[in-house]
Amino acid sequence: MTFFELFWTFLKIGAFTFGGGYAMLPLITAEVEVHGWMSEQALVNFIAVSESTPGPFAINIATYVGTEVGGIAGAVCATLGVTLPSFVIILIIAKCYQRFQNSRLVKGCMSGLKPAVVGLIGASVVSVGATVFVPDGISVSIFWGPAFYISAGIFVLAVILAFRKVHPILIICISAVLGVAAGYAFRV
Amino acid sequence: MGKLWQIFTAFFKIGAFTFGGGYAMIPLIQKEMVERRHWVEDEDILEIVAIAESTPGPIAVNASTFVGYRVAGFWGAFFGTFGMILPSFAIIIAISFALRAFQELQAVQYAFMGIRAGVLALMLRALFMMYRQTKKSILAYLVMAAAFILTAFLDINVLCVIIGCAVLGVVVSCNAKLREKLCGEPETVQDGREKK
Repeated sequence: MTFFELFWTFLKIGAFTFGGGYAMLPLITAEVEVHGWMSEQALVNFIAVSESTPGPFAINIATYVGTEVGGIAGAVCATLGVTLPSFVIILIIAKCYQRFQNSRLVKGCMSGLKPAVVGLIGASVVSVGATVFVPDGISVSIFWGPAFYISAGIFVLAVILAFRKVHPILIICISAVLGVAAGYAFRV
Repeated sequence: MGKLWQIFTAFFKIGAFTFGGGYAMIPLIQKEMVERRHWVEDEDILEIVAIAESTPGPIAVNASTFVGYRVAGFWGAFFGTFGMILPSFAIIIAISFALRAFQELQAVQYAFMGIRAGVLALMLRALFMMYRQTKKSILAYLVMAAAFILTAFLDINVLCVIIGCAVLGVVVSCNAKLREKLCGEPETVQDGREKK
């Protein structure tokens, strides 16, 4: 049953995400939460892992969630699910792509979907931001602990590096080193 | 059989060596498929990008299926996609077992505390890039804001949001009056690129 749920869930995710990676996140977060498959923190951790390993984000995350929930068989189900819709749709389109590209319906859909992707990535930023800064919900006590300030400091530095086009993997490595150093220094 | 094996290995290589997903992989596909093996033409690559953008699912899968099909029909598509997925699949399974073994370590937890903040920054940059690439119009701003607020704060089912935005796009583009109002000028004028 779990295997079918993994397959079905990732089939939905594969069939309804446009614009790749981060735009997919709200849907994945919602589904993972509904099924209670893993914590949002684990999911955010994994985004970093996916950024630093080769291959498409969608495949990486499907394989990861699948493995965590149902071992290797789970990984197969989830990955198959996320791949199948694209595979089938492209096979159909490959035969008549000219008509597809010029179709008014497709153009209309895209004029709504492209900006929607921006909004969805914005929503991902908010929910990941909450996981980073207020993992236990909003309360006054978070401002007492050093964890909040460490995260904030690393975040500001990483933003500066990211907008200077430093390579993502390097940014992740720097953040990891700073996290370890600050963690031991302040005994978070 | 020889050709299918070649397709498989070509995409296996691409899957194993591209970091950062879909778009990062396009130059590699171009090099491998156009320059080295002459399987498809340069224009096909542009087509692939256009199609991958307007169909659901990961760009990598869209591209490998499309090229594989072009080169050797259904089985070409199958082996291309299989080759593309296999490296990620194997690497991530290995990593998830490693993560499970080490995640209790204090140092690893500290590292991930830092990494989560770094990832947030990367996402912010991706958001900024996507925003810049989006063609601006009243419709675009409306949809962006609606998708953002509905998903982030009102807990509306994401599938409904996506379908709703697509339907809105179709409705507006089918109605000339609405289109003029919400998308600015009529389509012919809009084609010019934004000046910097």
